[in-house]
Amino acid sequence: MAFYIVQFLTGLASAASLFLVASGLSIIFGVTRIVNFAHGAFYMLGAYLAYTLTERLSGALGFWGGIVAAALAVAAFGVLIEMILLRRIYRSPELFQLLATFGLTLMIEDIVVLIWGPDDLLGRRAPGFRGAVDFFGQQIPTYDLFLIVLSPIVLGLLWLLFRRTRWGVLVRAATQDRDMVAALGVNQKWLFTSVFALGVFLAALGGALQIPRDAANHAMDLNIIVDVFVVVVIGGLGSIIGAFVAAVLVSELNAFGILIFPKISIILVFLVMAVVLIVRPWGLFGKPEAPARKTPGLTVRPWRPLSGNERLAMIGVLVVAAALPLISGSYVLTVASEIAIFVIFAASLHFLMSVGGLASFGHAAYFGLGAYGVAFLAKMAGMPMIVCLLIGPLLGLLGAAVFGFFVVQLSGVYFAMLTLAFAQIVWSIAFQWVGVTGGDNGILGVWPAAWAGGAANFYWLSLGIAVLVVAALRIMVFSPFGYALRATRDSALRSEAIGIDGKRIQWTAFVIAGTAAGIGGALFAFLKGSVFPDSVGISLSVDALVMVLLGGVETVSGAIVGAIVYKALNIWLVSYTDFSKLVLGAVIVLIVVAMPKGIVGTIETLQTRRARPAKATILASQAETAE
Amino acid sequence: MRQGKWLLNGLLGAGLGVMLSGAVTGAMAQDEIKIGEINSYSLLPAFTEPYRKGWQLAVEEVNAAGGINGKKLVVISKDDAGKPAEAQTAATELVAKEGVAMLSGTFLSNIGLAVSDFAKQKKVFFLAAEPLTDAITWEKGNKYTFRLRPSNYMQAAMLVEEAAKLPAKKWATVAPNYEYGQSAVSVFKKLLSAKRPDIQWVDEQWPPLGKIDAGPVVQALANANPDAILNVEFGGDLVKFVREGNTRGLFKNREVVSFLTGEPEYLDALKDEAPTGWIVTGYPWYDIKTPEHAAFLKAYQDKYKDYPRLGSVVGYETIKAAAAILTKANSTDPEKLIAAAEGISLPSPFGEITFRKIDHQSTLGAFVGKTAVKDGKGVMVDSVYRKGSDYLPSDAEVEKLRPKD
Repeated sequence: MAFYIVQFLTGLASAASLFLVASGLSIIFGVTRIVNFAHGAFYMLGAYLAYTLTERLSGALGFWGGIVAAALAVAAFGVLIEMILLRRIYRSPELFQLLATFGLTLMIEDIVVLIWGPDDLLGRRAPGFRGAVDFFGQQIPTYDLFLIVLSPIVLGLLWLLFRRTRWGVLVRAATQDRDMVAALGVNQKWLFTSVFALGVFLAALGGALQIPRDAANHAMDLNIIVDVFVVVVIGGLGSIIGAFVAAVLVSELNAFGILIFPKISIILVFLVMAVVLIVRPWGLFGKPEAPARKTPGLTVRPWRPLSGNERLAMIGVLVVAAALPLISGSYVLTVASEIAIFVIFAASLHFLMSVGGLASFGHAAYFGLGAYGVAFLAKMAGMPMIVCLLIGPLLGLLGAAVFGFFVVQLSGVYFAMLTLAFAQIVWSIAFQWVGVTGGDNGILGVWPAAWAGGAANFYWLSLGIAVLVVAALRIMVFSPFGYALRATRDSALRSEAIGIDGKRIQWTAFVIAGTAAGIGGALFAFLKGSVFPDSVGISLSVDALVMVLLGGVETVSGAIVGAIVYKALNIWLVSYTDFSKLVLGAVIVLIVVAMPKGIVGTIETLQTRRARPAKATILASQAETAE
Repeated sequence: MRQGKWLLNGLLGAGLGVMLSGAVTGAMAQDEIKIGEINSYSLLPAFTEPYRKGWQLAVEEVNAAGGINGKKLVVISKDDAGKPAEAQTAATELVAKEGVAMLSGTFLSNIGLAVSDFAKQKKVFFLAAEPLTDAITWEKGNKYTFRLRPSNYMQAAMLVEEAAKLPAKKWATVAPNYEYGQSAVSVFKKLLSAKRPDIQWVDEQWPPLGKIDAGPVVQALANANPDAILNVEFGGDLVKFVREGNTRGLFKNREVVSFLTGEPEYLDALKDEAPTGWIVTGYPWYDIKTPEHAAFLKAYQDKYKDYPRLGSVVGYETIKAAAAILTKANSTDPEKLIAAAEGISLPSPFGEITFRKIDHQSTLGAFVGKTAVKDGKGVMVDSVYRKGSDYLPSDAEVEKLRPKD
């Protein structure tokens, strides 16, 4: 019995560190709607800075002072980031801030290594909380007890702050309806900045408090960020109590789960999230999102198919692209094939995001399923390459059909997080089912047939398939189905009123996007000659998101440019610089600031303004009246 | 859309220009021999930075001694960002564009396997430096791939030899939940159970790599009340595990046998909280008195004003071995390189090593000893060098494991 009590307390202590970070993220998201990917980076900075300060300052006062000072310093840094970077892009398309914070995270990862060096840094233990107390023969670390007490205190303070101060009232009001708060004359700028500062402070405090348990290391950010997002979503966005309950739930399930299934940790949080979201689509304590007031389609130039001249120009571009093998060697062609594959992948997600208004955080699942489909067919059934390419992507289709049914019941960030949960479930199956998938050692020897083995032939194949997929997706955008999908995106109510079955349309779109991604994955398997769980992983899903956002989410095919720019830049930087993440992150941040609608989106806006100033104004004024 | 495509075109053009100019400057110089080196520099700097210093020292020494049959040795190094797919891109670049004579490096097992499969497909010689998986020389071995570091099996066999002498009967295991952890535990279990049929395995814990929730894991292990624990955790997970274990008294009156913990990369991070009395494999650089090692240590410390980690030795010896193979083959033809590498013997900081003909594994060994704390730092004491050749299965068994080429 004593053991179970101690295990419960241990779970509570784990929950405490999770809650501190999650509460900050929840507050920031609730008010500013920023999906703050850099939250983990702030957590990591808190830990590193606390390490430096607690090593320099002596005594108990020095230790605790150092922890708080570190959190405050990181919060100040957060304020700087918010004012310099994020303020510029609040009016950008949804999720664009994700791109900025992603770039920031990349930069911070390299900067941390530059400043503090590559080694893990072991900090001091907390003065007064070094040992353990005996509980019927079981040991409970006193620092755990400290954390167990601390987190309800923080929860209580936050509650008081939100319930008993004017600032708290404004924050809650903004969480519910920020347009109304702005309309009432509240200075949103400073409200957002202060909320961001508080959120970052909590993240950094969470990091700093890890010093007595963990060594500060440069992988801390990515290790926590996804779990924290999951906790926030399970609890319900913007709900602090929800975050607390979710942190306790997840930690306790883990603490007791490992007694029965020692391998459960790897997937537990995602399983919990999937179950919670299917049962309660807005998390445990969340409320349904208010319908969006702005109609997204109206801020964009109306989409139209390519004109005759533009089609000719496209064909010209393709001829040039097809001539690449005449002037370049096999390395350039291999890279170009990879880019073509990522064009397919990004275009498929773009179809879902732009046309369907459904941002998926787990799109790699279908890419990876396509790749595994090919690997199974080639290695186990010994099928020839053509058959593999034709049938392999069907595994992506199957996955998208099954998961899609559940995810389209949700919307917004909950939709995104459920796709992430399913992607992680697929990933953990690929990772754990060693007998079939080879686990993380992957499936090797999936090389293309002789006719496609040469770099030039494979490039032509990839290019050809990319063109077909992109063309097919574009045709669908301008088909009746595409219009129905856009109608559902722009106004679920109105489209339902004219007889469009929104969920069914969205489900179909999800399956189409998943299949297209599977086609990309199938080619990828042959390009690399092997398949690893990586190709289902979170980082690949994030890559796809970055490509779409970089290209411009409000365009018809911006993802193509996004994919080319991001992939080429990435490959080139990894090959030629030691600090590729720093440079890549900086480039992304610069693009975000200079082109707040993405590369293609911004260029199109500029072109429209230059070419048809009169017409554009009319459009804009129409848009305003429509609102 | 149209503008987008024009931009695309321009970018392609610019990208091409860069790549072409690279190709011109990268043209093969006749008096150079190039080695293409790939490792997870950005993902695992704690291990790969000392590794890089090691191979850079080796390149200097090789060229100072006259290079490869008079030709200058050049190492072109690429980052794989910890992803097999990126390692393949780097391998293509090194082979197709830089025209390297061989590939070397890699740390993670899955990346090692990906590059080894690439080597087999493209018929390129590959000297794997650090990946530990047994598959790279056995189940998925191929004739183009050689491996330097003592494998998972070899390190397990070294530890089992010591573990079998312990009186402990009830064992629990804790390992990161991925291929390396899984195969380390399964080989260790198999070998120890074979030597000691009286042993019981009472618990196993599999926290995710890099994300151990140490409190519950330690508590769960303690609850199983084993006499001894096998640990395969390393890096940041090890720090958390040891700290929680110390606080909660998990290691009190229990034997612990632990993979890799004696390597400075992992032991030094623990400072004065390093565990005492664990039986570990590792690298006690402060305690090795052989002349080969003294020479290496002096050269390394003179150049870098820092002490070597195990990664330094691996990096150093990888390039030394590559140079020896290239010199012996006196050619860059992969078939001749393979012929030269099979059975080649060369000196190393740990004494002479040989690349076995049968499975392309080197006989580089490891030090087995006990951990202790000295002057506020973790050290290895009573360490003994175990030769790799003594801890490999019989030739008949190896032949069964390895596919025929």
